[in-house]
Amino acid sequence: MTAQRPTGSAWWKTAIGVLLTAVMLFPVYWMVNVSFTRDKDMRKSPPNLFPTHGTLEGYRAVLDQQLPYLGTSLVIGLGTVALTVLLAAPAGYALAKLRPRGGGLLNFVLLAAQMVPGIIMAMGFYAIYLNLGMLQSVLGLIVADSTLAVPFAVLIFTAFMSGIPGELLQAAKTDGAGQLRTFWSIVLPMSRNAVVTVSLFAFLWAWSDFVFASTLDGGGGQQPITLGIYHYIGNNNQQWNAIMATAVVASLPAALVLVLAQRYVAAGVTTGAVKD
Amino acid sequence: MNDTTQLPVGPRPVRDRRGAATAAPPQPPPAARRRPRSEQWAAWGFLTPVIIYLVVFYAYPLYRNIDLSLRNYTVRSFVQGDAPFTGLANYQKVLDDPTFVPALLHTVVFTTVSLVFQYSIGLALAVFFIRHFPLSATLRALFLVPWLLPLIVSGSTWSWMLNSDSGVVNAALHAVGIGQVDWLTSPAWSLASVTVANIWIGVPFNLVVLYSGLQSIPESLYEAASLDGAGAWQRFRHVTFPLLRPVSAITLLLGLIYTLKVFDIIWIMTKGGPNDSSTTLATWSYHLGFGSLLPAFGPGAAVGNLLVLTALGFGLIYIRLQRRQDSA
Repeated sequence: MTAQRPTGSAWWKTAIGVLLTAVMLFPVYWMVNVSFTRDKDMRKSPPNLFPTHGTLEGYRAVLDQQLPYLGTSLVIGLGTVALTVLLAAPAGYALAKLRPRGGGLLNFVLLAAQMVPGIIMAMGFYAIYLNLGMLQSVLGLIVADSTLAVPFAVLIFTAFMSGIPGELLQAAKTDGAGQLRTFWSIVLPMSRNAVVTVSLFAFLWAWSDFVFASTLDGGGGQQPITLGIYHYIGNNNQQWNAIMATAVVASLPAALVLVLAQRYVAAGVTTGAVKD
Repeated sequence: MNDTTQLPVGPRPVRDRRGAATAAPPQPPPAARRRPRSEQWAAWGFLTPVIIYLVVFYAYPLYRNIDLSLRNYTVRSFVQGDAPFTGLANYQKVLDDPTFVPALLHTVVFTTVSLVFQYSIGLALAVFFIRHFPLSATLRALFLVPWLLPLIVSGSTWSWMLNSDSGVVNAALHAVGIGQVDWLTSPAWSLASVTVANIWIGVPFNLVVLYSGLQSIPESLYEAASLDGAGAWQRFRHVTFPLLRPVSAITLLLGLIYTLKVFDIIWIMTKGGPNDSSTTLATWSYHLGFGSLLPAFGPGAAVGNLLVLTALGFGLIYIRLQRRQDSA
């Protein structure tokens, strides 16, 4: 927060800021607006700028039809978070504090892994899952979705755990704690912020995933909400209020994350991308 | 066994700058401590799960993908595993395909235009928001929304906004006397439409990263420039922009790698159509592999592998840049 430019006409800037934000968020507003619009007003020209005759029929349709999808997405999201943290936190600790030979190479591989397009991973997974009979399974999607988050998570944990003072770990060692215990009772509790950051991203990415869902889970009994919306558009492009209501509901995790943990998101983006 | 030579080359902590791990010196300092053998063993113990994971869930799918691209696969031979080896025939087929050149061109246009706008809008917003004014932090946080939304949500919202008959965009154009534009259903506009949506999604990322870059420019430089009589534009041109160059380079490169693989938004909005007018390499690969009743897994994988090669090429540049910055 060093760059404090002179702040003369501050309210004037706030006004511009509000205007810019409004322009940027117009599509989000429009989604909400349409979700409350009555069917018969949907094709009105010009469209209603406000849901003047608001209806909840869209949301009623969500409750009727989309709840199972939302449940599946929740399970997949939480499973992905658990798997990601379980794999990445110990790895981050090792890379940050124990610094094995070859750690640099591993870091390199992790960075490169993030550059592989999802569609390629999807095709490889499809070939493997087909042979294993793991297509259309929730577990399969959890594993596939975790590939979106694991390399990023290791990098975040490494960066964060590098900041834990070595004296603390040394003290634990002097007191007779083994590596496992040091990790579990000292490093992990101190890395709470990193755990939160990683979990947020892992959850959001798994929740939003469309590529893996559509390639590995098409036609399955338990599908995530992204497919729910996708099929909904395909089968039914009349009821846009219901489609947009589903979209609003599917956006709730993102909204929650933003309200509850905005600073973790910003930190995650920048740590994942560049040094300060 | 000198531990400081194998420092993580990855991103550095934002919140914490102490400790050797954040400064990757090209040469090990003389006083480097040796790590005891037991710590090495422990380290590998902690790393084993992730290494197995990387081999099974990254290396193996990638290997399967290469294998796929070198054989003549059908759904049946998938299960039986007896697809004949055809060498580079799939690649040849893909390069000869009439879709290849347009798809490549669309990829280049989509990526370049997205990057230019995402970066310049992101930078302008970052410069604007770095000044502190009431609500600035809250508004900046709100700008993250487009980036956090599931792509299926953004995609369908944009689809409806751009709908020819009932979309709000055409309604607005109508109000200023411009006739109906078929944003998603005419070949002339489909690529532009998906690009606009993609720019919208990418601005927040650029804003956040460039904002954090701006924060690290010392205020004293601006004061000095002001004393020398530099106006706002001159301060931007001669202080902000040059000092932001390393961050800009990395932002653009990461943006490039991300944009190359953009698939969801295009698929959701136009499926690459009409008539392949918004097909990129990523959507083409998906279309070949999964998009039709007669899947062409081999050629799909071949297109995908071309994409991987491109992305990894830029990825290597990114890693080099990152490393150079870390040791600077």
